[in-house]
Amino acid sequence: MFKGKISFTAIMTGASELETEFTPFSALIGGGLIGLAAVLLMAGIGRIAGISGIIAKVLPPYSDRFAVPQSLMFIVGLLLSYPAYTWVAGGRPVQVMTDNLVILTVAGVLVGFGAVWGGGCTSGHGICGISRLSARSIVATATFITTGVIAVFVLRHLAGG
Amino acid sequence: MRAFTSLLAGLVFGFGLIIGGMTNPAKVQNFLDVTGSWDPSLIFVMGGGIAVTMPAFAYLKRQRRPLFAEAFSWPVRTDLDPRLLTGSALFGLGWGLGGFCPGPALTALPSGAFGGVVFVLAMLAGICFAKVLVLQRLPKPENIQ
Repeated sequence: MFKGKISFTAIMTGASELETEFTPFSALIGGGLIGLAAVLLMAGIGRIAGISGIIAKVLPPYSDRFAVPQSLMFIVGLLLSYPAYTWVAGGRPVQVMTDNLVILTVAGVLVGFGAVWGGGCTSGHGICGISRLSARSIVATATFITTGVIAVFVLRHLAGG
Repeated sequence: MRAFTSLLAGLVFGFGLIIGGMTNPAKVQNFLDVTGSWDPSLIFVMGGGIAVTMPAFAYLKRQRRPLFAEAFSWPVRTDLDPRLLTGSALFGLGWGLGGFCPGPALTALPSGAFGGVVFVLAMLAGICFAKVLVLQRLPKPENIQ
């Protein structure tokens, strides 16, 4: 099957399988915190918490120099969250991903390019945009979930098995 | 205060992603694997996020200005252009293939997983490439969320 062709790196014990447990409670808590962060950013500095947009702001070519420092600070906060979580929780979060670097490279380019070309990603369109009932964001979210389902189907059920 | 607010928002955002399980690519891919080992958790992450953001944004939209800046930067576009569709379609393909979107990829970077580093470098290259193209076509790439 899929695992025969692509091996997986499991960080932390107990994550040797591809399968993950349905965790509605922690998902809701996590989602609520993401929402809280989005509200904090809008109430504080009037900006949408769209991660692809924030990353794009600190990369060349520059178009909005005013937003560079605050975008950098947001990114620093994001990067600090993993070590902070590990420190507070006393263990690293589970992470299982392919170790096929070709797939990860292609995926990375598509995610980066697609997010900027499509005007947003899972946070900007999926959470902030839908919260504003933006037709653009609803269409974008439906589109990337659909092509995401197709990609996983091809990867796991056609190419792998 | 702008810097501090941004830092805090990034930190809380990252905690939300980690607690929601979104820094685990297998979990994201399982959400998309509707014919296999389906894990609907991601929809609860989105739901939890929207449940907080929607009423708060509705309130903020009636306010004159944010606490520490001159004005709100609400996205203004409402048209459904081809770029929205092609960009989102490509984004979804990459999201399914890698199990990472930009937030979780950056958040999980300090885990040191080599694949995560490769993904982020490729993503940054993709972002720069798209920015070059967008700026060529449009003097102001507004509305990149």
